[in-house]
Amino acid sequence: MPAEKNQPLIFEQSRKGRTAYSLPALDVPETPVGEWIPADYLRQDEPDFPEVSELQLVRHYTALSRRNFGVDNGFYPLGSCTMKYNPKVNEKVARLSGFNAIHPLQDEQTVQGALELLYRLQTNLEAITGMDAMTLQPAAGAHGEWTGLRIIKAFHGARKDIRRTKVIIPDTAHGTNPASASVAGFDTVTVKSDANGLVDLEDLKRVADDQTAALMLTNPNTLGLFETHIQEIAEIVHAAGGKVYYDGANMNAIMGLTRPGDMGYDVVHLNLHKTFTGPHGGGGPGSGPVGVKKELAPFLPKPLIIRHPDGSYGLDDDRPQSIGRVKAFFGNFGINVRAYAYIRTMGPEGLRQVSRDAVLNANYLKKKLSEDFEMPFSQFCKHEFVLSGSRQKALGVRTLDMAKRLLDFGYYPPTIYFPLIVDEAMMIEPTETESKETLDAFAEHLITISHEAEDDPKTVQSAPHTTVVARLDETRAARHPVLRFKK
Amino acid sequence: MTGFRYLPATDEDRKAMLDEIGIADEDELYTDVPEKIRFHGTLNVEKALSEPELIRLLSGLALKNRTTEQYPSFLGAGVYDHYIPSVVDSVISRGEFYTAYTPYQAEVSQGELQAIFEFQTLICELTGMDAANSSMYDGSTALAEAALLSAGSTRRKKIIVSETVHPQYREVLHTYAEGRKLKVVTIPSADGVTDVTRLNREIDADTACVIVQYPNFYGQIERLRDIEEAVHQHKGVKFVVSSDPLALGILTPPGAFDADIVVGDCQPLGITESFGGPHCGYFAVKKNLIHKIPGRLVGETVDEQGQRGYVLTLQAREQHIRRDKATSNICSNQALNALASSVAMVAFGKQGIRELAAQNIQKAHYAAGQLRQKGFTVLYEDSFFNEFVIDLGQSASSVNEKLMRQGFIGGFDLGRRVPEMAGRMLIAVTEMRTKDEIDQFVHALEVIVDAR
Repeated sequence: MPAEKNQPLIFEQSRKGRTAYSLPALDVPETPVGEWIPADYLRQDEPDFPEVSELQLVRHYTALSRRNFGVDNGFYPLGSCTMKYNPKVNEKVARLSGFNAIHPLQDEQTVQGALELLYRLQTNLEAITGMDAMTLQPAAGAHGEWTGLRIIKAFHGARKDIRRTKVIIPDTAHGTNPASASVAGFDTVTVKSDANGLVDLEDLKRVADDQTAALMLTNPNTLGLFETHIQEIAEIVHAAGGKVYYDGANMNAIMGLTRPGDMGYDVVHLNLHKTFTGPHGGGGPGSGPVGVKKELAPFLPKPLIIRHPDGSYGLDDDRPQSIGRVKAFFGNFGINVRAYAYIRTMGPEGLRQVSRDAVLNANYLKKKLSEDFEMPFSQFCKHEFVLSGSRQKALGVRTLDMAKRLLDFGYYPPTIYFPLIVDEAMMIEPTETESKETLDAFAEHLITISHEAEDDPKTVQSAPHTTVVARLDETRAARHPVLRFKK
Repeated sequence: MTGFRYLPATDEDRKAMLDEIGIADEDELYTDVPEKIRFHGTLNVEKALSEPELIRLLSGLALKNRTTEQYPSFLGAGVYDHYIPSVVDSVISRGEFYTAYTPYQAEVSQGELQAIFEFQTLICELTGMDAANSSMYDGSTALAEAALLSAGSTRRKKIIVSETVHPQYREVLHTYAEGRKLKVVTIPSADGVTDVTRLNREIDADTACVIVQYPNFYGQIERLRDIEEAVHQHKGVKFVVSSDPLALGILTPPGAFDADIVVGDCQPLGITESFGGPHCGYFAVKKNLIHKIPGRLVGETVDEQGQRGYVLTLQAREQHIRRDKATSNICSNQALNALASSVAMVAFGKQGIRELAAQNIQKAHYAAGQLRQKGFTVLYEDSFFNEFVIDLGQSASSVNEKLMRQGFIGGFDLGRRVPEMAGRMLIAVTEMRTKDEIDQFVHALEVIVDAR
């Protein structure tokens, strides 16, 4: 049974008097609240919440879920997002009451299990990244970026090196990199990519100077290519007095194969919702731990999770050089539990196999598509690759059209129009959890679409044809914003 | 131990893929990784476990924690033990929701988009504001982003925050403000609420915003009317209110007091305590700030056939379009927790949200009354929501240790934050505490304090 075309808003299903909750009757003597709260501060009009029964509620959200596509539904090769399988056991353990019914301000002695788990996770992540110290406080990747940059700023500041106001960012970078730099109080400078899709070393030498605070760089980069000159890149930035920042969005390519700490990076953030099976939650929650080399450790956010000599675990709040707190409490603990469960499921050999299979899957899929699509970069990719829809564009079919057509074949489309330097970009990240059969079928369908672009462009241009709504009018949404339901 | 159950590739598959790629040795894929930086050997990561072993290990760690399920908890201070209808976990456990990402492709993401649109509406209803975004990381970062928005839109550098705002929220605010070179001025409290006289003196032409919490960190209902008058005497100054959304089920919403931005954390509505996260920040504004709001926004529109649908909208504010000029750097948010909160709000409905809020206020006042009867000093006025402060005259942390031995999770030791508050405990009483639990807790406290 296909999903219904239209699902009324929950507000439109409301009937006065229905409820979907149950509380015991008040068991203490009731006093008119007016005796405590001044009349001005007592709400006159009730919030206009919907009134539905429990089954109506369940049917509504079930209907909504049927109008949504997740990894559990099908292949989701959304480049740079690492949409891998989200293990069910992770969900189970994160829901143990010993983890979800504990309060962050309880006495340390009463939450030893939680602190131990966080400490173990930290230690494992340090080993995976080659970093010396780690904070689990940041709530997501962009939050981690900003935290890492604040740490770098504090490091330069502590040395009275206050001219360092600039962060170098490649032209292929994710939008959060310049945005995080800006929120952290830096100006951004762009470094160009060369013809091979890698950081242009000459351009880097030109822009790196005594005002450079840091370079932000993923490796493999956002084109899915390994920055083979990473040591020289790090040397150039270090020689200029800057720090090298690793955006961990692409960590899924390199676990157990190479480590940011060995490449010359000083600060790393990870996206536990990507590489470490978070899950993605329809947009979050994520978790964005930040690891640093020893000399930057004093500046990490506080408190840090520590292990006392007696084997118990605790919080270290006495960190005078810390940048302070970046989030209330200890970060997205529930996501960190899932990441730890994943690491313990895979172990060191498993994590290495994850990256090797992710890289193999990407290269295989790239090869299968290379006759029908323009591949702007010929070298082997890592865990993802970017193709260009330029040939199809010449036929009047845009990458957006092909993405929409993929919906008809039951796929979530790849990331499109990013990175910005590739014309009609389509960024494909298959991940290691997809089978060869899935990749074969996807390649076949994408090739079919490229043939349609030649023989039957209208079908592609007017896609999707099978979804609950057709293409939506985004201009209207932006020109006349309707951001809430009103009766 | 068998193979890895999340990895489908067989050796035969791998061989076939290499053949297709045209290489004999998989290592050829890595010739671009210089030898010097390759990692040889085994990562120093804990060894792999089978599923039963993993569950045993994690259950063991979980069992080392004392939970608010086992022990009646009187601890709040920003995170609360509340009733969560069972439907909440059922809905957020659906793979279509939790294994999806940000709804970039609207046609196959209508479920998430509509759920967010409904969340935005529910938050507007609670706060009395015109628009709300799809969520922030938590209440603390939402508050900090409100300060950045105020500074950005007024081009002013001074942020005024009341001392009665959650201390951890203020710490986060300081960290954010330092990046943008903003000056944070803290207004002291008088009798547990913001000192409006001092506030009046501090607001000037360089002030971007004034931030208060309602109910505040001590549980007290700040007098928003007086504060708003002080704030808006000065042109352009933004009035920012951080609110427990559950309290707004019974209190006049900040929007009715002309707040410009209302933020807070949805944890009290449908989200487990989870040792402090993931929770869910909310962010609501008045109409004139819609184009400056951080994070994702969902808007209603129509498709080519004129059918109603939902899309991410006003994206020109966001990092993936504006890069370094973006309103905020936020990308991933707390969508699944926003969904949890939506489901809870819908389950409660018009009647439930009020009843829940009312039970909190009744039970907290009952507990305060019982403590007073036993001779405890309850500080400040009776206009509090579900938290209040008592003076123990001795270390609240050591009282808490003794309470734990009697089977209670005690309140928050205010002396841990502010030295002059030593001996004072912030006690939260939610609808989850029965009269018996409250009576026993009061008795336990009496015995402990008398026995010093």
